[in-house]
Amino acid sequence: MEDFSAKFVSQKISKTRWRPVPAAALQPPELFATGSWDNEENKISVWSVGDFGSLGPNGEYQGEPQLLCDIRHHGDVMDMQFFDQERIVAASSTGSVTVFRHHQNNQTLSVNQRWERAHYHVDPDIPFYGGASCTGVICNNPEIVTVGEDGRINLFRADHREAVRTIENADSSTLHAVTFLRTTEILTVNSIGQLKIWDFRQQRNEPSQIFSLTGDRIPLHCVDRHPNQQHIVATGGQDGMLSIWDVRQGSMPVSLLNAHEAEMWEVHFHPSNPDHLFTCSEDGSLWHWDTSTDVSEKPSFFHQGGRSTTLLSHTANQSVISAWLSNNPTKDRMEITNLVPNQTLSVNSLDVLGPCLVCGTDAEAIYVNRHLFA
Amino acid sequence: MCFAWAPGEMLVYETLFPKECAEKRPGCPNIVIVRNDLDVYSQTLRKLFNESHGIFVGLQRSEEELAGKSRKAQLVRVSKNYRSVIRACMEEMHQLAISTRDPELQGQHSTQVSILSAMELIWNLCEILFVEVAPAGHLLLHLLDWVRLHVCDVDSMVREVLSSENPSKHKDFWNAVDIFVLQGRMDDARHLLSKEASANPTSMGMCKILDDLMKKMPILSIGNTQTLTEMELKWQHWHEECQRYLQDGTFASNLHMESICKILLGDENAILEKKELMTSWYHFLVTRLVYSHPTVKPVELRFYAQSSLDLFLGGESSPEPLDSILMAAFEFEIHQVIKECSIALSNWWFVAHLTDLLDHCKLLQSHNLYFGSNMREFLLLEYASGLFSHHSLWQLGVDYFDHCPEYGKVYLELHIERIPLNTEQKALKVLRICEQRQMHDQVRSICKIMAMKAVRNNRLGSALSWSIRAKDAAFATLISDRFLKDYCEKGSFSDLDLIDNLGPSMLLSDRLTFLGKYREFHRLYGEKRFSEAAKLLLMLMTAHIAPCSFWMTLLTDALPLLEQKEVIFSAEQTYELMRCLEDLTAGKTDNQKLQVDDIETTKVEILRLALARNLARAIVKEGTLEGS
Repeated sequence: MEDFSAKFVSQKISKTRWRPVPAAALQPPELFATGSWDNEENKISVWSVGDFGSLGPNGEYQGEPQLLCDIRHHGDVMDMQFFDQERIVAASSTGSVTVFRHHQNNQTLSVNQRWERAHYHVDPDIPFYGGASCTGVICNNPEIVTVGEDGRINLFRADHREAVRTIENADSSTLHAVTFLRTTEILTVNSIGQLKIWDFRQQRNEPSQIFSLTGDRIPLHCVDRHPNQQHIVATGGQDGMLSIWDVRQGSMPVSLLNAHEAEMWEVHFHPSNPDHLFTCSEDGSLWHWDTSTDVSEKPSFFHQGGRSTTLLSHTANQSVISAWLSNNPTKDRMEITNLVPNQTLSVNSLDVLGPCLVCGTDAEAIYVNRHLFA
Repeated sequence: MCFAWAPGEMLVYETLFPKECAEKRPGCPNIVIVRNDLDVYSQTLRKLFNESHGIFVGLQRSEEELAGKSRKAQLVRVSKNYRSVIRACMEEMHQLAISTRDPELQGQHSTQVSILSAMELIWNLCEILFVEVAPAGHLLLHLLDWVRLHVCDVDSMVREVLSSENPSKHKDFWNAVDIFVLQGRMDDARHLLSKEASANPTSMGMCKILDDLMKKMPILSIGNTQTLTEMELKWQHWHEECQRYLQDGTFASNLHMESICKILLGDENAILEKKELMTSWYHFLVTRLVYSHPTVKPVELRFYAQSSLDLFLGGESSPEPLDSILMAAFEFEIHQVIKECSIALSNWWFVAHLTDLLDHCKLLQSHNLYFGSNMREFLLLEYASGLFSHHSLWQLGVDYFDHCPEYGKVYLELHIERIPLNTEQKALKVLRICEQRQMHDQVRSICKIMAMKAVRNNRLGSALSWSIRAKDAAFATLISDRFLKDYCEKGSFSDLDLIDNLGPSMLLSDRLTFLGKYREFHRLYGEKRFSEAAKLLLMLMTAHIAPCSFWMTLLTDALPLLEQKEVIFSAEQTYELMRCLEDLTAGKTDNQKLQVDDIETTKVEILRLALARNLARAIVKEGTLEGS
């Protein structure tokens, strides 16, 4: 956590995403993209870490992220995903979805494809009538799914001009985020606190399942699925509560964890270490939730005396059950740390890949940490 | 020509050029938008605003945790942080100025660099005099550091001299030695002097003596435990030694070395001769002090400062704004410093943050300005208002208003209502700011705006979620009426996912509760749970949850239940229903009765018939004994 310095970039960052590394590669990610919001001219920028800068004390490269290239983006960047190594999909507050291509050879960005009226209100024939914000986008090459304030779900395919499938009026409230549950199923969360599963194999425009919170219908802002165990889903709400759901059973969350003091903007399971979860919030904090219990391997006589570690004793069978689903995760030594040094304004976005974490804030700063598990 | 103020502090000029020729063409009007605060829009300066915002908030939050020396050290650290931010900004601006090709931009950037460096100069001096409050002795050391850091570019010249083949023959050699001496950098001066000694054996003797003098010069270092009096005595002794060497004519043969010796003696004329090297009167001031009054006290500074300024300028030129600011600082006139800076600089950033820091050092009396707030608050309010005129930096302004105890809240309330809410995400952020500060009126008005937008776009679920956030019962009623209207027109509910899953939010408004329960009735009916459905229906009417306008619909819904083969409504319940029907028809005035069309009368008749029949069956059923 020593090298968690801020770089001020003169634009409020709404999204940060690491470029995915090829599966065979062993090195950490080197490139990330950011999207800005609330500027007169918003931008998508691509940054590089690790190549430049001086050698640190341990011999690894340190240095600030360097801007490689950027491109103008119409409207706020509401959501952004890397489609593949070269293409970035961005969702705009004007209702359009754009695919940008990053040219490695001359370090430029260009517009590859755009779906102009992916999301709109009521009347698409009247030009520029009520563009609705596109609030979430998720990719699974070659498909792109987008959701927006108009309650519409679109399924696009790269290089196809029209949407492959559109679910009109999927939701009467704003859809805040979307993620893939399986290759043909998606999860959406909306502003009346519902988690819905949609199955694209079915032709009807109804969700196949609806989950909702008990009590007040607090809007849900973000959703993420456990990378290995596909029935475990985490969502973050407007009151900063983290909810863990098991989509195989029940219609209510498995556990509710009181986390932040304000809206939770993003929740991410770590893709390769799913015992680690990261959340960021409007209250300016970024929390690292760590349920890994690697002490369980040691024989018990090492634990005599000293502090009591209330560890979940993992037998060979039980270790398959994720710590997230146990009824009271906090009982089992979950460590929660706040990673942002001095919190002032909201942390809007974060992304984790390998040992690297990047996040962007409303204080126009980007934080990069390349040694998460050191 | 006329103008108007817009909320973003923009002055809009509409200039009409009336044509005085025969054809009465309306002159083409030009609208010119003049922005008050151009700096806010600079990319590089944005970093300054953001970083300093972080430091500012940190300072406010640190409060009075520590006291005395540690508090002072903390404040000095904060001041240094501010300065490093200014420096970083300056560096970047400088890079921009070098790399840009457009001459106009380059000019702009260079101007900005010089403004920033002037700001840092002033801030540094204020830090030394007001925050650090260095006592006599240490004061001069700090001032020396200040001068070394900011005035004239020594290093490049020295590098040139040293890298040449024969340093002592370089044209700038003696300039380099002089400037080192003028800045009190004895070791560096001696290092250069040794080059002269080695190159020129004839002057070796003189060099040795001069070197010796320089080495022996008493300097009060920070860690030194000498008292001032000791230091003064030593210094006096050393001064006399230099005097002796000068009078003996030791350096007579070498003009350069003689002038150096004079400088060491603090001879004003000798120092003034090196005006070009020093480039500024404050450098002259510090050099004078080093060699004539090293133990100067802070209160004595003003006299030396004034005389240095006069001597340096020598009546040729008049002082510039920067000079008067620095002079005010030397005179310890804090208010004067702030006032002059406000006038000279185009942006409130500098004065706002400096004043706030000085206020934390408890240096500003509550100097009440005639509009009620004190100077610190006034400046912060002005600065933050400037931020609010920017499309993006308004979020920073919020924290500044928070820390203005008198008028901050009012300013915030007025400004925050004028932020354009383009997306729901932005509205959510603004809402969160209002909620955290108990600004309930603003919360309600923002939620109402967003909810109205949603209703207009037919996003009833969004509208409902906004009314829930604001706990706005009236709006929830409006939305429910919309739903019910849709139902009456179309015969079925839209947005079932919303109505079916209202949960506790149903209780927000009566109408909403009715909607939820009515939908439940439909569900029960669909599941053929008739008796429960019947009970619910009756309850809706008798408990007055249903609006009167809907009773007819409810009664019509009761018809199929009444017509069922099985008796669903008990006699009691049928009496209730009949009562409801009578209430409904009796409530209509005579006029309405005349205008009522056939369908209505038919409906009422059918209902009456069905109710009567049901009553009959119910009485019979209840009167019958079971079994046998």
